[in-house]
Amino acid sequence: MKLNSERPITTISGHPVKELYTPQDLTGFDPDRDLGLPGDFPFTRGVYPNMYRGRLWTMRQFAGFGTAEDTNERFKYLLREGQTGLSVAFDYPTLLGYDSDNPLSQGEVGQCGVAIDSLADMEALFDGIRLDQVTTSMTTNAPASIIWSMYLAAAEKQGVHWENLSGTIQNDILKEYIAQKTYIYPPRPAMRIVTDIISFATRHVPRWNTVSISGYHIREAGSTAIQELAFTLRDGIEYVDYCVRAGLQVDEFAPRLSFFFDIHNDFFEEIAKLRAARRIWARVMRDRFHARNPHSLLCRIHSQTAGVSLTAQQPYNNVIRVALQALAAVLGGTQSLHTNSLDETLGLPTQDSVRLALRTQQIIAHESGVTATVDPLGGSYLIESLTNEMESACLDYFRRIDEMGGMIESIERGFPQREIQEASYRYSRALERKEKLIVGMNEFVAQEESPVEVLAIDGQVAARQCAKLERLRALRDCARVRENLSALKKAAQSPDNLIPFILDCVRSYATLGEMCDTLRTVFGEYQEPAFF
Amino acid sequence: MSEKKIRVLVAKPGLDGHDRGAKVIARALRDAGMEVIYTGLRQTPEQIVHAALQEDVDAIGLSILSGAHMHLFPRIIDLLHEKKMDDVLVFAGGIIPERDTARLKEIGIAEIFPPGSSLQEIVDFVKTHLLRDFESSIL
Repeated sequence: MKLNSERPITTISGHPVKELYTPQDLTGFDPDRDLGLPGDFPFTRGVYPNMYRGRLWTMRQFAGFGTAEDTNERFKYLLREGQTGLSVAFDYPTLLGYDSDNPLSQGEVGQCGVAIDSLADMEALFDGIRLDQVTTSMTTNAPASIIWSMYLAAAEKQGVHWENLSGTIQNDILKEYIAQKTYIYPPRPAMRIVTDIISFATRHVPRWNTVSISGYHIREAGSTAIQELAFTLRDGIEYVDYCVRAGLQVDEFAPRLSFFFDIHNDFFEEIAKLRAARRIWARVMRDRFHARNPHSLLCRIHSQTAGVSLTAQQPYNNVIRVALQALAAVLGGTQSLHTNSLDETLGLPTQDSVRLALRTQQIIAHESGVTATVDPLGGSYLIESLTNEMESACLDYFRRIDEMGGMIESIERGFPQREIQEASYRYSRALERKEKLIVGMNEFVAQEESPVEVLAIDGQVAARQCAKLERLRALRDCARVRENLSALKKAAQSPDNLIPFILDCVRSYATLGEMCDTLRTVFGEYQEPAFF
Repeated sequence: MSEKKIRVLVAKPGLDGHDRGAKVIARALRDAGMEVIYTGLRQTPEQIVHAALQEDVDAIGLSILSGAHMHLFPRIIDLLHEKKMDDVLVFAGGIIPERDTARLKEIGIAEIFPPGSSLQEIVDFVKTHLLRDFESSIL
């Protein structure tokens, strides 16, 4: 096959790349200033001095479907197979604060994740799993304060002290307006909830990672690598700004912010992106926020291979894509990793395909030898040039967003949304014109596809979940629930921290829907302008 | 010249927020000369059919990635039937496993486009299927 030589060669994001990089590409580059040693400012080469020699990344597969009992079984399976952390996927009603018996939940219960309606479900989800023995990541945003309170209450019931809990809530509401769109309330009250969580965690759950500032969804929505980097880090700046304005000391809470990036097909671009992220964040925290605690400067990264890069056509090809992406994440110095399963464009992954995805990480970790040396690509003319270019493009976006008044203001104007939409359309056209090739999809197409097994979600989940809710409502002390909900409403109208009030509701088995509805009456609901 | 453009409603039923595909398709159909209306997210079957009626569309493109299609699509088709809108072309895309395709076609979804379908293919599909009604204006 002949490559089109007239068109400039670009990364998958459309960023130009040259045929050869030499020392001339690094004019003005100062390794002491721009790289440092791993574990030293500006952390370009990694957040820890010995990286994977000290500790491998956490292998954390996102899982959740059906009822809490179904997902509890999958968790126990993953732990037996050598996974080192849990990661909970919730269904759409749970992500949007609707109970399973809400009419809007019909057809959605337990489909894309696990259905959680109350503390009772959270207890079942972690039945037989001691919460001080695992670290748990929970992908929850708009109702993060409630889901997290359920986790804290479940820990209490197990007799586990909050100071021994460790894990992450995604709690990154800004990217919901930008990309993932599972918002409930308008941005400003939503930011108040985020700062309440950060402030409560800082005092009571000190090992908890309060926000996983996420580029993953921004990229999946069609952004370029540079946009992902820029919007994510700028979201991070917005959270720090809001917390500082709410009266928190930057060095108290910043060490518990972490990041989450997508790892797409373009190998070197992705490695450069993670290196640039660390350097930019360290400089922002030092120079913009005057952080002094060294932990405040660290951009700790969770990575996930790019779901959007997987093809429905010839799904076994996805195994190779995932392996390359996972390798890029590791060479980029990630702290934890989720590898996608080959069947995820078709449905939720089967147990076998999840195991293969986990084995992919284990093979990289234990067979490839890449973990022996820290930042093995550091000093490469290409990698350092790409890292520099991504940093400078990211700083340009920062300037534009700062000029608009900040991230909230730029979201209200639809700026990041439009940038992403344009990039996404450009990419779709490039695929259509075969300027970019995806094997098995727009080139090397198979005449006949061999079908793979697709997981089917038990059709009875919704009925079982609704029956559980009915029992719960009959058994609980409804007067106490009402009292707690009305106290929550008052708190929402005042400047008080909401978390203690939510915890009271949760402990009395108020449902997620009841709590979210209470907050909806105070904060209202966000409607995004529909444009394309 | 009295050119009547094909009118298409691109709709997002279900609770998922994955609007990348819907927006790309909306744009591609518009670039191909059609009038496109996009509903925005989290639309109930009632809202979608209401919008289709109000906008007097010739076709509805449904995009869903939440897994609720087997619940929501039949409801949309029933409502269209109730409103005597059976002549509206309905096509769909998103995460829809092959095992559901036959059933969905049976109830009246004209085509299901899996991830990775070409934009041109979808544009051509809509044009071809509506050509009968629009022959004079499109050609």
